[in-house]
Amino acid sequence: MMDVKRRYVIPGDIIVTGPLRAEQNVYQDGDRIIATSVGISEIYENAVRVIPLTGTYIPKTNDLVIGKVVGTSPLSWEFDINSPFIGFLPAQDVFGRDYSPTKDELRQRLNIGDLVAARVANFDRSRDPLLTVQDRDLGKIESGELVEISPSKVPRLIGKRGSMIQTIEMATKAMITIGQNGWIVISCEDPEGLLKAIEAVKMVDALAHTPNLTERVKSMLGVPEGEYNDTIND
Amino acid sequence: MTQLMTEDGIRCDGRRVDELRNISIKVGVLKNADGSAYIEFGKNKILAGIFGPRDVHPKHMANQDTGILRCRYHMSPFSVTERKNPAPSRREIEISKVIKEALQPALILKDFPRTVIDVFVEVLQADGGSRCAALDAAAVALADAGIPMRDLVSACAAGKVADRIVLDVNNEEDQEGQADMPVAMMPNVGKITLMQLDGILTPEEYKTCLQTAIGGCKRVYEIQRKALMEKYFQNGEQ
Repeated sequence: MMDVKRRYVIPGDIIVTGPLRAEQNVYQDGDRIIATSVGISEIYENAVRVIPLTGTYIPKTNDLVIGKVVGTSPLSWEFDINSPFIGFLPAQDVFGRDYSPTKDELRQRLNIGDLVAARVANFDRSRDPLLTVQDRDLGKIESGELVEISPSKVPRLIGKRGSMIQTIEMATKAMITIGQNGWIVISCEDPEGLLKAIEAVKMVDALAHTPNLTERVKSMLGVPEGEYNDTIND
Repeated sequence: MTQLMTEDGIRCDGRRVDELRNISIKVGVLKNADGSAYIEFGKNKILAGIFGPRDVHPKHMANQDTGILRCRYHMSPFSVTERKNPAPSRREIEISKVIKEALQPALILKDFPRTVIDVFVEVLQADGGSRCAALDAAAVALADAGIPMRDLVSACAAGKVADRIVLDVNNEEDQEGQADMPVAMMPNVGKITLMQLDGILTPEEYKTCLQTAIGGCKRVYEIQRKALMEKYFQNGEQ
């Protein structure tokens, strides 16, 4: 385990002074590194970052997101991806290269209100995020329960190397699709398990900043001590 | 005319010259806004709500290079003793503008091109120095909304009452005092983002007045900090 120093910070807090690399949610002013968000600061391997506890989702290339169709244009779908920017899914991505607006009807494949798991293919400052569904496990979501959590808490829900989400999935036998934008689809054949999983996800959202969260989630789900226990200590 | 200060330097509301009014801040009081805060600054009661970053409407206001900030300061009809017309007055338009300009240097809007951040400030009860209190609430609400900021903005007024420089001017002192100087600053960066002066001060008085106000800002900052810590970390300092 590398040496990681953590601290609670608010915007304007000087995290550290020295020749370190400024990463997410911090900025450099001379040799001071200052937080720009409310969150937990981390210093590791000469780099400094803040894990935010609040904020909207800013798309990143290759992120898996869950989007809701809000509109169509002749050549693309428009998605609400819980972000200040609207996601675009080109029609060719679904219909193939011979798509023709006169022949194919977009709404027959994906109608307004449908949920879709997609990947961000491209996004930069100058244009809205471009989505794609051309990958395994992407595309329209047919069933499941949508849970919204704060996008800043998604890394906590996944846990270190997926520890948290594996714990929940194994304990409830649910299938959980996590969008980086804070939208999560949970499906489970057993209604009890579904309710348990939803409760666990909401618990992570509410208690994301507290230590030993995996343990607490385990005890809430009734996982016996020692089972699937890895050495992760968070 | 009421007596604004006794011989031994006690002000009309019982404070000493360098004493702030009671301040309490609550973070995240509104569910539907992206960020919010409620401040009680003496008898001032002010709510601030933030939306954004979100799509700009009307579209022509959008900037391709950076996000924009919009701000509305509004006083409720019941915020003052005589009913206030709810339509925006000249004074409210001015305060909206100065609040916007006081917050802008603290925000990193470059991260959100083509979007807008809307700040709504609603004065429920006014008691002098409401622009400073409004700024304090708005800054905390912006942090609650998770908008990247270089620093919080803390604001506090100072003034001249009965020939003495006092901290945090209240309504009576504002009406009948000799000068009122609201100051907002980024306390960690050490830069002033708002400075207005209503009244006449000598150069020496001006310097002490500014220093008094800066001292007040730093004390307000501690309260803002505590409010945010309480909301996000249940005050459990690590």
